[in-house]
Amino acid sequence: MSYITVKNNQSIFFQEIPVLDYESFLLMNTGFLSKEHLHCVNYYGLAQKEKLKLICCIANDHEHSIYVSSCVLPLPHLDEIGFPEYSSFTARHLSFHIFEREIHENFGIRYHDHPWLKPVRFAHDRFNKESGIAEYPFYHIESEELHEVGVGPIHAGVIEPGHFRFACNGEQILHLEIHCGYQHRGIENLLITKKKLLQRVTLAESIAGDTVAGHATAFTNVWESLSGCVPRADLQLARTLALELERIAIHTGDLSAICTDIAYQLGASVFGRLRTPLINFMQEWCGNRLAKGLIRPGYSNFKFTPELAQRLEIVLEAYERDFDEVWDRFHTLPSVLSRLEKTGMVSWHDALSIGCVGMAAKTSGIERDIRASHPHDLYTELRHEPILKIHGDVYSRTQLRHEEIKQSLVYIRKLLEKVAAQPDSERVLLQAQADRFCLSLTEGWRGEICHCAITGKDGELVHYKIKDPSMHNWLALALAVRNNEISDFPICNKSFDLSYCGYDL
Amino acid sequence: MQGISIILIIFTSLFFTGILIRTKSFFSGRKGPGVFQPLKDIWRLLKKGAVTSETTSFIFQIAPSIYFATVFLSALLVPFGDQPGLISFSGDFVFFAYLLALGKFFTIISALDTGSSFEGMGASREGLFSMLAEPAFFILIGSLSLLTGHTSFHQIFSTLYMGMGSHVEQAVVALAALVLVAIAMIENSRMPIDDPKTHLELTMMHEVIILDNSGFDLGMILYTTNLKFAMYGALIADLFLSPSIPIYLAIPFMLFIQVVFAISAGTIESFMARFRMSHNPQFIFVLTSISLLIFLGALLLLGKIT
Repeated sequence: MSYITVKNNQSIFFQEIPVLDYESFLLMNTGFLSKEHLHCVNYYGLAQKEKLKLICCIANDHEHSIYVSSCVLPLPHLDEIGFPEYSSFTARHLSFHIFEREIHENFGIRYHDHPWLKPVRFAHDRFNKESGIAEYPFYHIESEELHEVGVGPIHAGVIEPGHFRFACNGEQILHLEIHCGYQHRGIENLLITKKKLLQRVTLAESIAGDTVAGHATAFTNVWESLSGCVPRADLQLARTLALELERIAIHTGDLSAICTDIAYQLGASVFGRLRTPLINFMQEWCGNRLAKGLIRPGYSNFKFTPELAQRLEIVLEAYERDFDEVWDRFHTLPSVLSRLEKTGMVSWHDALSIGCVGMAAKTSGIERDIRASHPHDLYTELRHEPILKIHGDVYSRTQLRHEEIKQSLVYIRKLLEKVAAQPDSERVLLQAQADRFCLSLTEGWRGEICHCAITGKDGELVHYKIKDPSMHNWLALALAVRNNEISDFPICNKSFDLSYCGYDL
Repeated sequence: MQGISIILIIFTSLFFTGILIRTKSFFSGRKGPGVFQPLKDIWRLLKKGAVTSETTSFIFQIAPSIYFATVFLSALLVPFGDQPGLISFSGDFVFFAYLLALGKFFTIISALDTGSSFEGMGASREGLFSMLAEPAFFILIGSLSLLTGHTSFHQIFSTLYMGMGSHVEQAVVALAALVLVAIAMIENSRMPIDDPKTHLELTMMHEVIILDNSGFDLGMILYTTNLKFAMYGALIADLFLSPSIPIYLAIPFMLFIQVVFAISAGTIESFMARFRMSHNPQFIFVLTSISLLIFLGALLLLGKIT
């Protein structure tokens, strides 16, 4: 058994990660995934001179640990022919598909048995620069009776760019192919080239604009762990609070959007209105409605004072009263239920095999929640119990949002009891230690966020890898809409509410 | 006095959608735009030039005018109480139905003309649902004409009105009003069949087939929709108008019915979700069944069955 066991946010020496030959690397890691409570949180490549180091991180949800192992392969060159082809992880477990597609795209590693080696995002530094987004190899069905519908990358409404191509039989969707990659910002590289910590944490906040607290917490935890710093209790409290507030705010906004998509005006306007006081509270706290600027490694510019706690209690009380009332109307209305129930179903089996995380996993009956399995910050004390739904349809995802909101309200009230007035504290200067590796898992509202960082000899960041939950879950959306009506696609899409920029990076 | 019907329809069309939108704003706790805002938007569009795609042919350019012309012409057929419309002849309800169908046919082929996959889907939906609604309309008007023994709108509606005759006759008129309201919702692409507010091309019906229209053409199409709504409202009002009512009372009564119709459409749109697309045909078939019930009622009244 050649892997190293780490905890969430534990930093280790990079050299401590065992290096295996490819065959045993493959067998060991795919073997782990035969159990439901183990899943791959990150698998990526790191170019080192003429070599490519592959690092695979498998999380064990029962034992609250992560198994990290690695393997070194020669780095292919574009002009070389007859380069070896490897057996793929994906052929043994589908959940690796996105990671291997990325490794193939960025480093040119070839696989002889990968089922579908499609481009991921056409990164600027991809291996084969001649491949372009215009030649994306769409799955194509030749038929007189079927028709294709292409939507995007420019959409009606203010959403991000992404292309959806449907192969339809009349109104029924046979196949949907989702293609992102229109807005590559090169965030991972920017995190290395920007040297100031403030620049980096600001970048981390911008990974996905709707998960500011999630990504900022992941980055901050990585950085503090690399520097060997344990954050003060009040910082941990603020982060946990921000994560839960973000969850409530975005879930409420999503409920409003779901109502809009089924043209239920009352729900759309009331849920939409309910979101505003929450994000306005964030503005009151840290000057930004999306919590930008709040979470910083080792310090915080915005203390959470007992006065703010009182304000929040009032805001939440008003919120909950109206929320309960509109939810009662919403979930008892037959016309609403007839749109949501049995629409866009993802089976337990499908969700497990493609490695769904977050809401997509929990609604298909898979218990996968970092707050419970790999708790960080104050989640260690909250003893979170994930809410599970079994049907995997749009209605499950709607119910999950409602129940998670109620659960988060309870958590926030518990956290508010701990708030105490703090004296001004000194800001600690953090310096990352040399040659370290750290992995951080955070449960954002959408699901599991994974950040991995590696430092070099002088403690400088040499590699940073980000994985947004959308990486796994876009495929779940494609599977969910199969055999559904094409007019139900928007509601399915909204029920997942995945990130384009978190995927494109 | 024949022209009074079309004057009232045009007058109603000016504020009908405005009242509907205002009702929806009220129920969502918003102030909402003024009652004449939709009309101002149309006026703004009418002042603009139209942009047409290079892939379209002349069909796309003439379709909005034909659509407007057909609806306007059919509005001329609608009577007002005991006043016939400007055009009235026996069998004019068949002319009415197929004029509307002609207009719809042109909007559908103009949507196909653009070559867009969205518009193709929308055209197919629009065609399907209108086709399914047609039997409901014909069985309804057929039964009413069987009941009254007349075959023109004017004669049918001047003999038939709410509050006449026996309970069975009143039930027939009430059911007829129900079917007409539902057909009006289908024909005007309102909830719960279609959602006029959606921005999602994949779920649209009527909205998607006019995606490529702009400027003057779009303004004309939007106005035609308002006119069509007012026309159906006038038909419904006719069911309630007794010929004995003097005209100075009949006019406010008709406007009242129109406003009630607009407010109830707005209320429905505020408090329910739209149907799943595949449930729409079922809903429309229900209308056909209700029309058959009206047919049965007509037979009962005439003593053909006992």
